[in-house]
Amino acid sequence: MSIARDIMTIVGVSAGVFFFLAGTIGLLRFPDTLTRLHALTKADNLGLGLVVLGLLPQAGSVRDGLKLISIWMFALLAGATVSQLIARTARQRGPFT
Amino acid sequence: MSIATLFEIVLAAVVLGLAIWTITVSETYSAAVGFVAYGLLVALIWVRLDAVDVAMTEAAIGGGLGGIVLLGAAARLRESEAMTAERPGRVVRLCAAALSASIAMVLAVAVLILPDPAPTLAPTVISNAGATGLANPVTNVLMAFRAMDTMLEKVVLMLAIVGVWSLASDQAWGGRPGPRHEADPNGVLAFLARLTPPAGIVIGIYLLWTGADHPGGAFQGGAVLASMWLLVIMAGLADTPPVSSRSLRLILVAGPGVFLVVGLGGLCFGPAFLAYPVAFAKPLILGIEVAMTLTIAATLALLLAGAPERSATR
Repeated sequence: MSIARDIMTIVGVSAGVFFFLAGTIGLLRFPDTLTRLHALTKADNLGLGLVVLGLLPQAGSVRDGLKLISIWMFALLAGATVSQLIARTARQRGPFT
Repeated sequence: MSIATLFEIVLAAVVLGLAIWTITVSETYSAAVGFVAYGLLVALIWVRLDAVDVAMTEAAIGGGLGGIVLLGAAARLRESEAMTAERPGRVVRLCAAALSASIAMVLAVAVLILPDPAPTLAPTVISNAGATGLANPVTNVLMAFRAMDTMLEKVVLMLAIVGVWSLASDQAWGGRPGPRHEADPNGVLAFLARLTPPAGIVIGIYLLWTGADHPGGAFQGGAVLASMWLLVIMAGLADTPPVSSRSLRLILVAGPGVFLVVGLGGLCFGPAFLAYPVAFAKPLILGIEVAMTLTIAATLALLLAGAPERSATR
Protein backbone atom coordinates (compact mmCIF):
# COMPACT_ATOMS: atom_id res chain seq x y z
CA MET A 1 0.00 0.00 0.00
CA SER A 2 2.70 2.44 1.01
CA ILE A 3 4.60 1.88 -2.26
CA ALA A 4 1.44 2.67 -4.25
CA ARG A 5 0.99 5.85 -2.21
CA ASP A 6 4.60 6.88 -2.73
CA ILE A 7 4.29 6.34 -6.49
CA MET A 8 1.15 8.53 -6.54
CA THR A 9 3.09 11.23 -4.68
CA ILE A 10 6.10 11.04 -6.99
CA VAL A 11 3.92 11.18 -10.11
CA GLY A 12 1.71 14.00 -8.81
CA VAL A 13 4.49 16.21 -7.48
CA SER A 14 6.67 15.64 -10.56
CA ALA A 15 3.78 16.63 -12.85
CA GLY A 16 3.20 19.70 -10.67
CA VAL A 17 6.88 20.65 -10.83
CA PHE A 18 6.74 20.30 -14.63
CA PHE A 19 3.90 22.83 -14.82
CA PHE A 20 5.73 25.22 -12.47
CA LEU A 21 8.84 24.93 -14.65
CA ALA A 22 6.85 25.47 -17.86
CA GLY A 23 5.00 28.40 -16.27
CA THR A 24 8.26 30.02 -15.14
CA ILE A 25 9.85 29.63 -18.58
CA GLY A 26 6.70 31.14 -20.11
CA LEU A 27 6.79 34.02 -17.64
CA LEU A 28 10.38 34.79 -18.63
CA ARG A 29 10.08 34.20 -22.38
CA PHE A 30 6.60 35.34 -23.47
CA PRO A 31 6.44 38.76 -25.11
CA ASP A 32 3.59 40.65 -23.38
CA THR A 33 1.58 40.90 -20.16
CA LEU A 34 -1.42 38.81 -21.23
CA THR A 35 0.59 35.83 -22.51
CA ARG A 36 2.82 35.98 -19.43
CA LEU A 37 -0.29 35.88 -17.22
CA HIS A 38 -1.50 32.89 -19.23
CA ALA A 39 1.76 31.06 -18.44
CA LEU A 40 1.72 32.08 -14.79
CA THR A 41 -1.83 30.89 -14.11
CA LYS A 42 -0.96 27.43 -15.46
CA ALA A 43 1.72 27.17 -12.77
CA ASP A 44 -0.60 28.47 -10.05
CA ASN A 45 -3.68 26.44 -10.90
CA LEU A 46 -2.43 23.17 -12.37
CA GLY A 47 1.04 23.06 -10.84
CA LEU A 48 -0.11 23.68 -7.28
CA GLY A 49 -3.16 21.44 -7.82
CA LEU A 50 -1.01 18.51 -8.95
CA VAL A 51 1.44 19.05 -6.07
CA VAL A 52 -1.49 19.03 -3.62
CA LEU A 53 -2.91 15.92 -5.32
CA GLY A 54 0.48 14.25 -4.98
CA LEU A 55 0.75 15.19 -1.29
CA LEU A 56 -2.76 13.95 -0.40
CA PRO A 57 -1.70 10.26 -0.02
CA GLN A 58 0.93 11.42 2.51
CA ALA A 59 -1.57 13.40 4.64
CA GLY A 60 -1.84 11.96 8.14
CA SER A 61 -5.59 12.41 8.44
CA VAL A 62 -8.68 13.51 6.52
CA ARG A 63 -8.39 16.88 8.27
CA ASP A 64 -4.87 17.45 6.96
CA GLY A 65 -6.01 16.48 3.47
CA LEU A 66 -8.91 18.94 3.61
CA LYS A 67 -6.48 21.66 4.73
CA LEU A 68 -4.27 20.96 1.72
CA ILE A 69 -7.25 21.09 -0.66
CA SER A 70 -8.51 24.33 0.88
CA ILE A 71 -5.06 25.92 0.42
CA TRP A 72 -5.29 25.03 -3.28
CA MET A 73 -8.82 26.44 -3.46
CA PHE A 74 -7.70 29.76 -1.93
CA ALA A 75 -4.74 29.93 -4.32
CA LEU A 76 -7.13 29.32 -7.25
CA LEU A 77 -9.45 32.07 -6.07
CA ALA A 78 -6.67 34.59 -5.42
CA GLY A 79 -4.80 33.71 -8.61
CA ALA A 80 -7.87 34.06 -10.81
CA THR A 81 -8.80 37.41 -9.23
CA VAL A 82 -5.32 38.88 -9.38
CA SER A 83 -4.73 37.87 -12.99
CA GLN A 84 -8.11 39.42 -13.95
CA LEU A 85 -7.09 42.68 -12.24
CA ILE A 86 -3.62 42.72 -13.85
CA ALA A 87 -5.04 41.91 -17.28
CA ARG A 88 -7.64 44.69 -17.00
CA THR A 89 -5.02 47.24 -15.96
CA ALA A 90 -2.74 46.12 -18.80
CA ARG A 91 -5.58 46.56 -21.30
CA GLN A 92 -6.49 50.01 -20.05
CA ARG A 93 -2.87 51.16 -20.22
CA GLY A 94 -2.98 50.48 -23.97
CA PRO A 95 -0.24 48.84 -26.05
CA PHE A 96 1.17 45.82 -24.29
CA THR A 97 4.83 45.88 -23.37
CA MET B 1 25.26 14.68 0.58
CA SER B 2 21.55 14.16 1.12
CA ILE B 3 18.87 15.85 -0.98
CA ALA B 4 17.82 17.89 2.09
CA THR B 5 21.32 19.36 2.48
CA LEU B 6 21.51 20.13 -1.22
CA PHE B 7 18.13 21.88 -1.04
CA GLU B 8 19.29 23.92 1.95
CA ILE B 9 22.48 25.00 0.18
CA VAL B 10 20.51 26.07 -2.91
CA LEU B 11 17.95 27.89 -0.74
CA ALA B 12 20.67 29.77 1.16
CA ALA B 13 22.42 30.72 -2.09
CA VAL B 14 19.17 31.98 -3.65
CA VAL B 15 18.33 34.03 -0.53
CA LEU B 16 21.82 35.58 -0.48
CA GLY B 17 21.67 36.33 -4.21
CA LEU B 18 18.22 37.86 -3.88
CA ALA B 19 19.38 39.99 -0.93
CA ILE B 20 22.33 41.34 -2.93
CA TRP B 21 20.04 42.00 -5.94
CA THR B 22 17.54 43.85 -3.71
CA ILE B 23 20.32 46.13 -2.45
CA THR B 24 21.98 46.79 -5.80
CA VAL B 25 18.92 47.19 -8.07
CA SER B 26 18.40 50.87 -8.86
CA GLU B 27 14.57 51.10 -9.06
CA THR B 28 12.76 51.37 -5.72
CA TYR B 29 9.81 49.37 -7.07
CA SER B 30 12.04 46.44 -8.11
CA ALA B 31 13.77 46.52 -4.73
CA ALA B 32 10.37 46.29 -2.99
CA VAL B 33 9.36 43.30 -5.14
CA GLY B 34 12.73 41.68 -4.40
CA PHE B 35 12.17 42.22 -0.69
CA VAL B 36 8.78 40.46 -0.82
CA ALA B 37 10.33 37.42 -2.54
CA TYR B 38 13.19 37.54 -0.03
CA GLY B 39 10.71 37.49 2.88
CA LEU B 40 8.88 34.45 1.49
CA LEU B 41 12.16 32.54 0.96
CA VAL B 42 13.38 33.43 4.47
CA ALA B 43 10.09 31.97 5.73
CA LEU B 44 11.07 28.71 3.97
CA ILE B 45 14.41 28.78 5.82
CA TRP B 46 12.55 29.13 9.13
CA VAL B 47 10.44 26.08 8.18
CA ARG B 48 13.66 24.12 7.52
CA LEU B 49 14.84 25.17 11.01
CA ASP B 50 11.56 23.76 12.48
CA ALA B 51 10.54 27.27 13.58
CA VAL B 52 7.07 27.22 12.01
CA ASP B 53 5.76 30.03 14.26
CA VAL B 54 8.53 32.35 13.07
CA ALA B 55 8.02 31.23 9.46
CA MET B 56 4.33 32.17 9.56
CA THR B 57 5.09 35.58 11.04
CA GLU B 58 7.88 36.22 8.54
CA ALA B 59 5.65 35.28 5.59
CA ALA B 60 2.78 37.44 6.87
CA ILE B 61 4.81 40.48 7.98
CA GLY B 62 8.07 40.36 5.99
CA GLY B 63 6.55 39.08 2.77
CA GLY B 64 2.96 40.29 2.97
CA LEU B 65 2.15 43.40 4.97
CA GLY B 66 5.71 44.80 4.96
CA GLY B 67 5.80 44.28 1.21
CA ILE B 68 2.57 46.26 0.70
CA VAL B 69 3.93 49.14 2.82
CA LEU B 70 7.12 49.21 0.71
CA LEU B 71 5.22 48.96 -2.60
CA GLY B 72 2.97 51.82 -1.51
CA ALA B 73 6.02 53.90 -0.58
CA ALA B 74 7.65 53.06 -3.94
CA ALA B 75 4.51 54.17 -5.79
CA ARG B 76 4.51 57.49 -3.91
CA LEU B 77 8.23 58.03 -4.52
CA ARG B 78 8.07 57.20 -8.23
CA GLU B 79 7.49 60.78 -9.43
CA SER B 80 9.97 62.52 -7.14
CA GLU B 81 12.55 59.81 -7.81
CA ALA B 82 12.58 60.50 -11.55
CA MET B 83 13.35 64.18 -10.91
CA THR B 84 16.18 63.81 -8.40
CA ALA B 85 19.06 62.37 -10.38
CA GLU B 86 21.71 63.19 -7.80
CA ARG B 87 23.42 60.29 -6.06
CA PRO B 88 25.40 60.35 -2.80
CA GLY B 89 29.12 61.04 -3.25
CA ARG B 90 31.82 58.40 -3.39
CA VAL B 91 33.01 59.07 0.18
CA VAL B 92 29.49 58.69 1.62
CA ARG B 93 28.96 55.45 -0.27
CA LEU B 94 32.34 54.04 0.81
CA CYS B 95 31.62 54.95 4.44
CA ALA B 96 28.19 53.28 4.24
CA ALA B 97 29.73 50.16 2.68
CA ALA B 98 32.46 50.01 5.37
CA LEU B 99 29.89 50.45 8.15
CA SER B 100 27.60 47.73 6.75
CA ALA B 101 30.50 45.34 6.21
CA SER B 102 31.81 45.81 9.75
CA ILE B 103 28.33 45.23 11.25
CA ALA B 104 28.00 42.06 9.18
CA MET B 105 31.46 40.97 10.32
CA VAL B 106 30.69 41.58 14.03
CA LEU B 107 27.45 39.58 13.68
CA ALA B 108 29.26 36.74 11.90
CA VAL B 109 31.97 36.62 14.58
CA ALA B 110 29.36 36.69 17.35
CA VAL B 111 27.59 33.68 15.79
CA LEU B 112 30.81 31.78 15.08
CA ILE B 113 32.32 32.10 18.59
CA LEU B 114 29.18 30.72 20.29
CA PRO B 115 30.09 27.64 22.35
CA ASP B 116 29.03 24.32 20.84
CA PRO B 117 26.42 23.21 21.89
CA ALA B 118 25.02 26.72 22.10
CA PRO B 119 23.60 27.79 25.48
CA THR B 120 19.88 27.06 25.52
CA LEU B 121 16.91 27.36 27.83
CA ALA B 122 14.80 25.02 25.68
CA PRO B 123 14.88 22.05 28.13
CA THR B 124 13.77 24.35 30.97
CA VAL B 125 10.91 25.66 28.82
CA ILE B 126 9.78 22.13 27.93
CA SER B 127 9.98 20.89 31.54
CA ASN B 128 7.92 23.85 32.82
CA ALA B 129 5.26 23.62 30.10
CA GLY B 130 2.76 22.17 32.58
CA ALA B 131 2.69 25.41 34.57
CA THR B 132 0.48 27.17 32.01
CA GLY B 133 -1.57 24.38 30.47
CA LEU B 134 -0.27 25.24 26.97
CA ALA B 135 1.59 22.71 24.86
CA ASN B 136 3.22 25.07 22.30
CA PRO B 137 6.61 26.08 23.76
CA VAL B 138 6.71 29.25 21.65
CA THR B 139 3.40 30.46 23.08
CA ASN B 140 4.64 29.55 26.56
CA VAL B 141 7.72 31.74 26.12
CA LEU B 142 5.80 34.60 24.50
CA MET B 143 2.85 34.66 26.87
CA ALA B 144 4.28 33.43 30.18
CA PHE B 145 8.05 33.07 30.60
CA ARG B 146 8.96 36.24 28.67
CA ALA B 147 5.55 37.93 28.71
CA MET B 148 7.18 41.29 29.50
CA ASP B 149 8.86 41.34 26.06
CA THR B 150 5.58 40.58 24.30
CA MET B 151 3.83 43.35 26.23
CA LEU B 152 6.48 45.89 25.29
CA GLU B 153 6.25 44.70 21.67
CA LYS B 154 2.55 45.62 21.68
CA VAL B 155 3.45 49.05 23.09
CA VAL B 156 5.90 49.44 20.18
CA LEU B 157 3.07 48.65 17.74
CA MET B 158 1.00 51.39 19.37
CA LEU B 159 3.90 53.85 19.07
CA ALA B 160 4.21 52.92 15.40
CA ILE B 161 0.58 53.84 14.72
CA VAL B 162 1.05 57.11 16.63
CA GLY B 163 4.06 57.80 14.40
CA VAL B 164 2.07 57.16 11.20
CA TRP B 165 -0.88 59.27 12.35
CA SER B 166 1.40 62.16 13.32
CA LEU B 167 2.18 62.60 9.59
CA ALA B 168 -1.38 63.90 9.08
CA SER B 169 -1.90 67.54 8.16
CA ASP B 170 -3.79 69.71 10.67
CA GLN B 171 -6.95 69.86 8.52
CA ALA B 172 -7.10 66.09 8.10
CA TRP B 173 -6.57 65.30 11.79
CA GLY B 174 -9.37 63.11 13.13
CA GLY B 175 -10.31 62.07 9.60
CA ARG B 176 -10.13 58.78 7.74
CA PRO B 177 -6.72 57.28 6.86
CA GLY B 178 -5.72 56.62 3.27
CA PRO B 179 -7.50 57.32 -0.01
CA ARG B 180 -11.11 56.27 -0.62
CA HIS B 181 -10.90 53.12 -2.70
CA GLU B 182 -13.33 52.99 -5.59
CA ALA B 183 -13.86 49.65 -7.29
CA ASP B 184 -16.55 48.24 -9.56
CA PRO B 185 -19.16 46.88 -7.08
CA ASN B 186 -19.85 44.02 -9.50
CA GLY B 187 -16.18 43.44 -10.34
CA VAL B 188 -13.86 40.58 -9.46
CA LEU B 189 -12.18 42.41 -6.57
CA ALA B 190 -15.50 43.12 -4.86
CA PHE B 191 -16.47 39.48 -5.46
CA LEU B 192 -13.27 38.26 -3.80
CA ALA B 193 -13.77 40.72 -0.94
CA ARG B 194 -17.25 39.28 -0.34
CA LEU B 195 -16.26 35.63 -0.71
CA THR B 196 -12.99 35.42 1.25
CA PRO B 197 -13.55 37.25 4.58
CA PRO B 198 -16.00 34.69 6.10
CA ALA B 199 -13.42 31.94 5.58
CA GLY B 200 -10.51 34.27 6.43
CA ILE B 201 -12.04 35.31 9.75
CA VAL B 202 -12.53 31.65 10.70
CA ILE B 203 -8.88 30.93 9.75
CA GLY B 204 -7.68 33.92 11.80
CA ILE B 205 -9.59 32.77 14.90
CA TYR B 206 -8.41 29.19 14.30
CA LEU B 207 -4.76 30.36 14.19
CA LEU B 208 -5.25 32.21 17.49
CA TRP B 209 -6.96 29.22 19.14
CA THR B 210 -4.58 26.55 17.87
CA GLY B 211 -1.59 28.65 19.05
CA ALA B 212 -2.01 27.06 22.50
CA ASP B 213 -0.83 23.67 21.27
CA HIS B 214 0.43 24.11 17.69
CA PRO B 215 2.23 26.79 15.67
CA GLY B 216 0.05 29.90 15.54
CA GLY B 217 -1.05 32.58 17.94
CA ALA B 218 -2.15 36.17 18.29
CA PHE B 219 0.25 37.70 15.76
CA GLN B 220 -0.44 35.20 12.96
CA GLY B 221 -4.20 35.26 13.57
CA GLY B 222 -4.17 39.06 13.78
CA ALA B 223 -2.26 39.32 10.50
CA VAL B 224 -4.90 37.20 8.71
CA LEU B 225 -7.75 39.28 10.18
CA ALA B 226 -5.94 42.49 9.17
CA SER B 227 -5.55 41.29 5.58
CA MET B 228 -9.28 40.44 5.41
CA TRP B 229 -10.19 43.92 6.63
CA LEU B 230 -7.79 45.51 4.12
CA LEU B 231 -9.30 43.44 1.30
CA VAL B 232 -12.77 44.78 2.11
CA ILE B 233 -11.38 48.34 2.32
CA MET B 234 -9.46 48.07 -0.97
CA ALA B 235 -12.52 46.69 -2.77
CA GLY B 236 -14.41 49.83 -1.69
CA LEU B 237 -16.99 47.82 0.29
CA ALA B 238 -16.06 49.53 3.57
CA ASP B 239 -14.21 52.69 4.51
CA THR B 240 -11.42 53.13 7.03
CA PRO B 241 -12.74 54.41 10.37
CA PRO B 242 -11.92 58.01 11.34
CA VAL B 243 -8.97 58.10 13.72
CA SER B 244 -11.01 60.16 16.17
CA SER B 245 -13.38 57.20 16.66
CA ARG B 246 -13.42 56.21 20.32
CA SER B 247 -14.15 52.52 19.72
CA LEU B 248 -11.22 52.30 17.29
CA ARG B 249 -8.88 53.80 19.86
CA LEU B 250 -10.19 51.40 22.51
CA ILE B 251 -9.36 48.45 20.25
CA LEU B 252 -5.88 49.86 19.60
CA VAL B 253 -5.05 50.01 23.33
CA ALA B 254 -6.94 46.81 24.29
CA GLY B 255 -3.95 44.46 23.86
CA PRO B 256 -1.31 46.33 25.88
CA GLY B 257 -4.05 47.53 28.26
CA VAL B 258 -5.31 44.07 29.22
CA PHE B 259 -1.70 42.89 29.44
CA LEU B 260 -0.84 45.74 31.82
CA VAL B 261 -3.93 45.14 34.01
CA VAL B 262 -3.12 41.41 34.33
CA GLY B 263 0.53 42.29 35.03
CA LEU B 264 -0.39 44.76 37.78
CA GLY B 265 -2.83 42.20 39.18
CA GLY B 266 0.13 39.82 39.51
CA LEU B 267 2.05 42.56 41.35
CA CYS B 268 -0.84 43.34 43.76
CA PHE B 269 -2.12 39.83 44.51
CA GLY B 270 0.81 37.63 43.52
CA PRO B 271 4.59 37.46 43.76
CA ALA B 272 5.63 39.57 40.77
CA PHE B 273 4.59 41.68 37.77
CA LEU B 274 2.86 39.43 35.19
CA ALA B 275 2.86 36.44 37.58
CA TYR B 276 -0.25 34.42 36.70
CA PRO B 277 -1.94 32.38 39.46
CA VAL B 278 -1.44 28.79 38.29
CA ALA B 279 -5.15 27.90 38.47
CA PHE B 280 -6.12 30.77 36.14
CA ALA B 281 -3.03 30.82 33.91
CA LYS B 282 -4.72 29.50 30.79
CA PRO B 283 -7.89 31.67 30.92
CA LEU B 284 -5.79 34.76 31.67
CA ILE B 285 -3.40 34.04 28.78
CA LEU B 286 -6.35 33.39 26.46
CA GLY B 287 -7.98 36.69 27.49
CA ILE B 288 -4.77 38.61 26.80
CA GLU B 289 -4.36 36.82 23.46
CA VAL B 290 -7.90 37.67 22.31
CA ALA B 291 -7.39 41.35 23.16
CA MET B 292 -3.97 41.28 21.50
CA THR B 293 -5.33 39.70 18.32
CA LEU B 294 -7.89 42.50 17.94
CA THR B 295 -5.22 45.14 18.60
CA ILE B 296 -2.73 43.55 16.19
CA ALA B 297 -5.34 43.21 13.42
CA ALA B 298 -6.45 46.85 13.78
CA THR B 299 -2.89 48.19 14.12
CA LEU B 300 -1.47 46.29 11.12
CA ALA B 301 -4.37 47.30 8.88
CA LEU B 302 -4.16 50.96 9.94
CA LEU B 303 -0.36 51.02 9.52
CA LEU B 304 -0.99 50.06 5.90
CA ALA B 305 -3.87 52.49 5.46
CA GLY B 306 -1.52 55.36 6.34
CA ALA B 307 -2.00 58.80 7.82
CA PRO B 308 -5.44 60.46 8.05
CA GLU B 309 -5.97 62.50 4.87
CA ARG B 310 -9.74 62.98 4.46
CA SER B 311 -12.28 64.58 6.79
CA ALA B 312 -14.51 62.10 8.63
CA THR B 313 -17.73 63.32 6.98
CA ARG B 314 -16.81 62.47 3.40
